[in-house]
Amino acid sequence: MARNWPVVLLCAALLVGLALPLATGASPPGFYVEVLLGGLMTGVLYSLVAMGFALIFKASGVFNFAQGAMVLFAALAVARLAERMPLWAAILLGIVVMIALAFVIERVVLRPLVNQEGIALFMATLGVTFFLDGFGQTVWGSDIYKIDLGIAKEPVMVLQGLFQGGILINKEDVAAALVAVALVAVLALFFQKTATGRALRAVADDHQAAQSIGIPLNRMWVIVWSVAGIVALVAGVIWGSRLGVQFSVSLVALKALPVVILGGLTSVTGAIVGGLIIGVGEKMAEVFLGPVLVKTFDLAGGGIENWFAYVLALLFLLVRPQGLFGEKHIDRV
Amino acid sequence: MFYRENGQFKSSYAADQQLLPILQDRVFMVALVAFAFVVVPLVVSDYVFLSLLIPFLILALAAIGLNLVVGYCGQISIGHAAFMAVGAYAAYNLVLRIPQLNFLIVLVLAGLVAAAVGMLFGIPSLRIKGLYLAVATLGAQFFMDWLFARVKWFTNYAHSGSVQTAPVELFGWSIDSPQEKYVFLLAVLILFTVIARNLVRGHIGRAWMAMRDMDVAAEVIGIRPVYAKLSAFAVSSFFVGVAGALWGFVHLGSWEPAAFNLTLSLNLLFMIIIGGMGSILGSFFGAAFIVVLPIVLNQLPQFLGIPMSTAMISHLEFMIFGALIVFFLIVEPHGLARLWAIGKEKLRLWPFPH
Repeated sequence: MARNWPVVLLCAALLVGLALPLATGASPPGFYVEVLLGGLMTGVLYSLVAMGFALIFKASGVFNFAQGAMVLFAALAVARLAERMPLWAAILLGIVVMIALAFVIERVVLRPLVNQEGIALFMATLGVTFFLDGFGQTVWGSDIYKIDLGIAKEPVMVLQGLFQGGILINKEDVAAALVAVALVAVLALFFQKTATGRALRAVADDHQAAQSIGIPLNRMWVIVWSVAGIVALVAGVIWGSRLGVQFSVSLVALKALPVVILGGLTSVTGAIVGGLIIGVGEKMAEVFLGPVLVKTFDLAGGGIENWFAYVLALLFLLVRPQGLFGEKHIDRV
Repeated sequence: MFYRENGQFKSSYAADQQLLPILQDRVFMVALVAFAFVVVPLVVSDYVFLSLLIPFLILALAAIGLNLVVGYCGQISIGHAAFMAVGAYAAYNLVLRIPQLNFLIVLVLAGLVAAAVGMLFGIPSLRIKGLYLAVATLGAQFFMDWLFARVKWFTNYAHSGSVQTAPVELFGWSIDSPQEKYVFLLAVLILFTVIARNLVRGHIGRAWMAMRDMDVAAEVIGIRPVYAKLSAFAVSSFFVGVAGALWGFVHLGSWEPAAFNLTLSLNLLFMIIIGGMGSILGSFFGAAFIVVLPIVLNQLPQFLGIPMSTAMISHLEFMIFGALIVFFLIVEPHGLARLWAIGKEKLRLWPFPH
């Protein structure tokens, strides 16, 4: 406990910051809860993308910069395919596309680079990012597309008795959160209960040991990249139905990077918790801290959510370099 | 090339330690510099200057800067365009607020400001490394984008957020024609190249490379990680800041914060991967490559008679960049510079390789 005082201090400071708007009466409680929920919803999406990162990093030691590009690619695929067929068929076909992509990436990029340093692999995924951005827009087109999930978009008023004016909730957001929870549950079952999942966890623990007891490393990589591709597809579809499918989706997905380092690179739990922390943190900062900053420093508009996630993650890293749920790393010479 | 260094004996420490120990290399280098200074301004058209040579010279300087921290010190940064922006805006504000200042001094001061900011964002590198640091520098990128777009003081309260600069003046010499810009930039680039070459073969460069190869082992043999990492960030940001100031003042003339966005950062990284990490020469190759490729891609479809939209071309550019990065990482992780070295070695022995 004593050694953890900086973490405790930081968490306390964040909690105080979180409570400040409510305590000072700067916002009515109903509005505050609305912002909080909005943040949580964004956080769920960040968690989804971040989970893809964490899965791949855990199983193959690759820091996959291309996860954002994969989200965009999957969303584009589903959006364009859905123009020609029912949505469920488009999603199924999209999953097939993502699995094919995993095969190609494993064969073309990962296999030749096996045993390379993490940095070389990271840069290779940078190349994959470039390629997927160009390739996706060549194949699927580069306009803004819509994904219609068939859920009503008008907000619903709830808890009118508890708060003055009630709270506006978007049905679609609730559905998205439910899908995310379901996905996490399925993944947890997959990792804990199936033979493949067990093999994946073995690979994550120790590549060489896993290989020596006969786990095929290459096939495991294809599987984990496929799973990451499917997670990317889910994130892309949800995101696409909220904001429209366009190039900026891949930039928003970059937010998943601070999420994973905050949560700890190797931890799926960390990705989920980190996503929620960052989602709530940046929404709160944008709504409540932003106007204060604008007024104090005479800024030309807010937009601090563009960098707040990174600063938050950096603060955590300074007090806890392995992230919230990451394993402590010990270097040996 | 077609020469041997046979018979060239080094009889003093000075002869042993010079930058180009072989006579033919020295002659070649002098000839190349003379060619670049004298012949190129006479024969090359304005279009080539503005769209090829001037961007190339500045990007090469920035790539050298990035290479110092990524290629030599092993600290990956995907936010170096942010330090270019710091240099550019620092220079803008210095020129604006102290107009009598010589532009060379402005450049140095802008570089120093960038170095200070670079060190600030390098501090996390003391506790975190590798991929974690990449995210920290990405944070620097987004933070700087935001800072220069939102804080009005930096852009002198311009309504659109974009800033204009007057042509650079140096000791009464107004640098406004493409030829003059080229000569000025070439001189700056050569100066910085010599500095970089000397830094990386001196004790600082060796400390950086030791950090890159194995930081714990480097610490054990007495290299201070704080000093090595922060000095790499500082020097790198200095180079990149100067490049940013030149990019704004000499190349663009007027710019908005989006001129130094994430795409530029990634392009810089692309340059050093393709060109060769840990190689000054590679930075030149990479910069040349990234300047030439889009132009070739623009001309090629017309030349071949295949109609292609501009959107298609830009997507194709992305795909080629991506494929090349992967290709080089697999086939030749040390990039074009390594290919050049191999070719040179082959030619040296040719036609009797045994």
